[in-house]
Amino acid sequence: MNQPVLQTNSQMPTESDAPDHSAPLVQVNDLKKHFPVTRGLLIQRVTGLVRAVDGISFTIQRGETLGLVGESGCGKTTAGRAILGLYKPTSGCASVAGLDLQAASGDQQMLFRRKAQMIFQDPYASLNPRWTVNAIVSEPLRVHHLFKTEQERSERVNELLELVGLNAHHINRFPHEFSGGQRQRIGVARALASDPLFIVCDEPISALDVSIQAQVVNLLEDLQDHLGLTYLFIAHDLSMVRHICDRVAVMYLGLIVEMADRDELYENPLHPYSQALLSAVPIPDPKKNRARQRIILEGDVPSPLNPPSGCRFHTRCPIAKEICSQAEPALRALRPGHFVACHFAEQYL
Amino acid sequence: MNTLLEVTDLRTRFHTPEGTIFAVNGVSFTLHEAETLAVVGESGCGKSVTMMSLLGLIPIPPGEIVSGKALYHGKDLLHLSENELEHIRGKEIAMIFQDPMTSLNPVLTIHRQITESLRTHMGMDATKATQQAVHLLDLVGIPDAARRLNEYPHQFSGGMRQRVMIAMALACMPGLLIADEPTTALDVTIQAQIIELAMRMREQLGMAMIWITHDLGVVAGLAERVIVMYAGYIVEEARVDDLYEDPRHPYTLALLAALPRADRRRGQRLKSIPGAPPNLLVESKGCPFAPRCELVAEQCWAANPALRSVATDHRTACWFDVKGMQL
Repeated sequence: MNQPVLQTNSQMPTESDAPDHSAPLVQVNDLKKHFPVTRGLLIQRVTGLVRAVDGISFTIQRGETLGLVGESGCGKTTAGRAILGLYKPTSGCASVAGLDLQAASGDQQMLFRRKAQMIFQDPYASLNPRWTVNAIVSEPLRVHHLFKTEQERSERVNELLELVGLNAHHINRFPHEFSGGQRQRIGVARALASDPLFIVCDEPISALDVSIQAQVVNLLEDLQDHLGLTYLFIAHDLSMVRHICDRVAVMYLGLIVEMADRDELYENPLHPYSQALLSAVPIPDPKKNRARQRIILEGDVPSPLNPPSGCRFHTRCPIAKEICSQAEPALRALRPGHFVACHFAEQYL
Repeated sequence: MNTLLEVTDLRTRFHTPEGTIFAVNGVSFTLHEAETLAVVGESGCGKSVTMMSLLGLIPIPPGEIVSGKALYHGKDLLHLSENELEHIRGKEIAMIFQDPMTSLNPVLTIHRQITESLRTHMGMDATKATQQAVHLLDLVGIPDAARRLNEYPHQFSGGMRQRVMIAMALACMPGLLIADEPTTALDVTIQAQIIELAMRMREQLGMAMIWITHDLGVVAGLAERVIVMYAGYIVEEARVDDLYEDPRHPYTLALLAALPRADRRRGQRLKSIPGAPPNLLVESKGCPFAPRCELVAEQCWAANPALRSVATDHRTACWFDVKGMQL
């Protein structure tokens, strides 16, 4: 596939003269997002803090896909949104191609928003039902002044629709006239319109049927190959994450508990939570399913309003000892590129 | 094994302003006592409508059960009066649904909701029913059952609510439990807990189970026999090992090829099934999967193949023999 027009604009204009291509594209440093819980209607008192994201750090290289997995409420969606500035981080910082949204000037902020985009989970709620496909996909072009003439704009929209596998004749249709998979393609076209470098994919396929999921995943992979995109892929489907991601970070109650290359993590998980999570993934092979040992965790995820002391996983952990409820384990490298936050992870080496 | 439920030629339609929806188009299957049967398919394939038709849960109109027979212990469920059905639903056949929050009444305590069926179906008095309710919550692994009995549904987490649903379903010791995507809304570790619980209950109570799902991974872990549905038709039926090792319908083959695997290193790109699920407003003349099938031939457009036996306990509805094929 040839995408000449898309390639012309993909150099990232940064303040420095020559952009450093060896540095990671995305850098997240001790990012925190706390939501206050308030009481009272007129005089609001803060009665608690939901520590949705409580200090996470990672980097993503150009062209790489990092998977962010964990159960609902672990803070993975909040993390994705805080990185893009859809939530203002409580502390810490996230930068994309050297641009830090919190520190940047107005112009730089616009550039950041152009270069960092998002694909949302629900293809029904994330498209305005009163807008045509044309209006939806050309909005980023309009906001960022990316066309000079009306003809240029409509050519670009047609090109984007073709790129994501939609019929350009459907340009004047409304979202309800499309199926779930097609709507998600519209969402992808919109994200690509401003010529981004980095896309946060927040559960982009979990609302779709199995046969359609594969279509959208293949599309995302093709686009990455052709346009050199960098993805943060947020998902709870661990099978799909192994397929699409290069590296995977596991989150539990607002913290990253383990991070490693895809095959290393799935074959040698070192954190007891990752082990339990992976052993619970259904495998479409009856014999293998019967043969494998499952680690069934007791109870539910504790509330992030009042996370357990020490290691946050100690209340459900099968190997917890006394120290686990007192000291919070740091994320440390036990193998090259394999980070784990557990006091006793050595025994699994 | 004795037959518990025998369904023949079930057809359910919905008459809507847009036209008639052909939701279930001649489904026949049998279920043996104490057997676990999984019904797999994508949204709109008719898997839920089939089960709801059996229990008289289809609103008529707009729904219409055009034909069919469903013998349960010799009684035809489709031709019972509402009164007779009341005695079977919840007592002999219980059902749990995908979203426990919408199936529980938010303004009644769990106590009231569990004891209701104990008192109507089992004729227990208030004290006895309460004792039994505590016992049931214990059984499904809800800690501190006596205290939690007086709480409301919103005070339970998603996994705990599903446990409450299972406790309610098991209250009258049914002979058959129908579970409609009970773990779809749950996280994987909670899903594993619920599946383990359902399997344990099934063994302890010796009941049969029909598990409706779209997840071929979940099916592999719990079913003995599997039915694959597409566009309101059964397209394949087999014992669980045979279905995964020796699929005989192009749709099953394609579904298995479209699944990424957590237990294997990444191979090639995923094999996607082209096109979209069918429009049920049109009654298909040929094979409903023909527009998306790689092996499609002229006869597929002309006539819909009937289910035929290809091996022991293995039926498929395809004109071709796809044994050993890779799509």
